[in-house]
Amino acid sequence: MAALLLSGAAGCATTGGGDPRDPAEGFNRAMYSFNETFDQAIGKPVATAYHDVVPEQGRYWVRNFFANIADLWIGANNLLQGKPLDAVTDWARFGFNSTIGLFGINDVASEMGIEKHDEDFGQTFGRWGAGDGPYLVWPLLGPSTVRDSAGLLFDFHFDPVLQHDPKGVRYATVALRATSKRADLLDASRILEEAALDKYVFQRDAYLQRRRSLIYDGNPPRASRDLPRAEETAPVAPRSEAAPAAPVSTPAAATPRAALPPHLDSAIRLLEEPAQPHPGDVSGSSGS
Amino acid sequence: MFAKSLRLATAAAAAAFAFCLGAAAQEQSPDALVKSVTLEVVGIIQKDVKDGDRRKLISVIEDKVLPHFNFTAMTSSAVGRNWDKATPEQKSRLVDEFKTLLVRTYASSLAAYSNQRFDFRPLRAKPTDTDVTVNVRVLQSGTEPVQIDYDMEKRPNGWKVWDVRVAGISLVANYRTEFDNQVRQGGIDGLIKALQTKNKSLEKPAAGAKK
Repeated sequence: MAALLLSGAAGCATTGGGDPRDPAEGFNRAMYSFNETFDQAIGKPVATAYHDVVPEQGRYWVRNFFANIADLWIGANNLLQGKPLDAVTDWARFGFNSTIGLFGINDVASEMGIEKHDEDFGQTFGRWGAGDGPYLVWPLLGPSTVRDSAGLLFDFHFDPVLQHDPKGVRYATVALRATSKRADLLDASRILEEAALDKYVFQRDAYLQRRRSLIYDGNPPRASRDLPRAEETAPVAPRSEAAPAAPVSTPAAATPRAALPPHLDSAIRLLEEPAQPHPGDVSGSSGS
Repeated sequence: MFAKSLRLATAAAAAAFAFCLGAAAQEQSPDALVKSVTLEVVGIIQKDVKDGDRRKLISVIEDKVLPHFNFTAMTSSAVGRNWDKATPEQKSRLVDEFKTLLVRTYASSLAAYSNQRFDFRPLRAKPTDTDVTVNVRVLQSGTEPVQIDYDMEKRPNGWKVWDVRVAGISLVANYRTEFDNQVRQGGIDGLIKALQTKNKSLEKPAAGAKK
């Protein structure tokens, strides 16, 4: 443990500056390297073999089987988040898919237009107002935050696969589920590999952005609109003259915000809100 | 009979020409633009691109997609506060390298496309808005829909995309920390070099796969 902490301190020192959202960067990078090594040695090869050996139809059934079980807990989370209609939808999905869909291996609900949701207890905590807390990377589980880790404890406790009783069956199904998930990410992980200059940073920022989006069900308050994007292809009028026309936000005011933890970030946005009326495209978010 | 078909053809040509003129004059709405470009690109991929042929994919992107992106805006936003420190020459090199990287990554994403369906959401904006977000959802049986948001701005030469958010992950914002770290370590030139190295490393496997 001491060694881990030490390596953590060393890691922070080498990266310089450090990201306020990631105070445990050294520890996290160590876990990240472990996960990468594990994935290269076992995760990816097994998933690739699974992808190559099992025909697409079979993989589809396996994916749906586990996705169907997950809908029960997703519905519970939607209920806890005050979205009873979504919860009913999730349980209806489970009902249709478990019966007409033959134990969930066919996603007939999606074909009927009943869309799947993505919820977990970390999101529920977020919905209740909990901030991310520091970013954390766990062995095998990957990117998380303090809030999402707390959520995971509940997710695991209410996971029928993890609680399944004959232990042999449990381990086999957990392994199959993990393989299926990893196989579905083969393309995405290749793209991540290509896109990132520093994969650790890229993955962390993507995770934090993704979670924020999920907590708001895809409609987070706009942050990107405020970001500096001065000097585009055509030179515009001098800043002093252009200022009244644009939504008031100078780069000087907007830049430090990108580095702030999200709860501070939203606090600041709340303060600024009256000065920045949002155009109509973000207002009617309850329509869907 | 012949005359009739000739007349039809001329009428069709005239109509097509008029349509082009109309499009240029009153301009496609941003959501219609996203829809037509998406469907066109997907159509080409399904018909002409075999086994994720990267060279072909890249040329499709360059022809059909790039004209609708404002790469200067994307790059300046991703570089963030350091953008003002760059010389005009450094800026244009940054834009070039970042564009190359994004095109490569985009080609890989398109190569992974396998007949997902699209749900083009109606635009929620006033006709006078010059900064809008166009939503497209990618539907796939067995998983939740993936939302793609195109942040677009009206420029003198038409609507231009300045950020793409996939599943809530902003491309531009996601590069900001990485770029910031690179600049802190090696200045603007360090960032340019890092991007060049990355782009070169991506060329190799593609060239190898061709053989």
